[in-house]
Amino acid sequence: MQNYEVTFIVDPVLSGDEIKSTAQAYEDLLKNDNCEIIHFEEMGLKQLAYPINKRSSGVYFSFEFISPVYNIIPKLELALKRDERVMRFLSIKLDKYGVKFNEDKRNGLIGKKRGGRTKPAPAPVPVEAKPAMVAPKPVPVAVQEEE
Amino acid sequence: MASRDDIKFLSNPKLGQKRQKYCRFKKFGIKHIDYKDPDFLLQFVNEQGKILPRRITGNSLKYQKKVAVAIKRARHLALLPYVTDLLK
Repeated sequence: MQNYEVTFIVDPVLSGDEIKSTAQAYEDLLKNDNCEIIHFEEMGLKQLAYPINKRSSGVYFSFEFISPVYNIIPKLELALKRDERVMRFLSIKLDKYGVKFNEDKRNGLIGKKRGGRTKPAPAPVPVEAKPAMVAPKPVPVAVQEEE
Repeated sequence: MASRDDIKFLSNPKLGQKRQKYCRFKKFGIKHIDYKDPDFLLQFVNEQGKILPRRITGNSLKYQKKVAVAIKRARHLALLPYVTDLLK
């Protein structure tokens, strides 16, 4: 059992459906090999930092998955390499911190990491309840005094 | 001795001192560096897109290596440039 992450760039000149079907094809490939896809992210059209295949932008996709077998990566990379619609790809093995990081990111715990971890969790319940009770009261009082 | 109240300085005596460098990953407990976040990695490269040395960033060896790997991965995916000018 090993967590992997694969990111690839799809040619932007393809139509929207073709781009989606490209990503779908790799999702199916992984599922057929008994991989559990944890997360599939479409990072959208981005400007490339330097031209690849004379294109200046590309559509980014990112998969995170768990594979029970170790020979999935060569299989996947071969398919990506043969695919002309894919401009560039990168597959990496995730360590336990990487898995944790991606999970936190999905839950929105990582915005700006400093203190961002503690803020989102307690916010919804107590903070909403109190200002709703307290806030309306002082306002009418202040208005009356002014009048 | 230096912190005596009766001694007044014309200029700030701390002016010439070096600020202590620290590893931000250790300090804030960041364990994983994401290669898909070029804005964050931009802090560790110079204007030409070169990786800054440890003596400037203050990173510990462990995390400097991870930063370097993340930057190289970001470059491969065209999230960061290999060579450029006026990056910042």
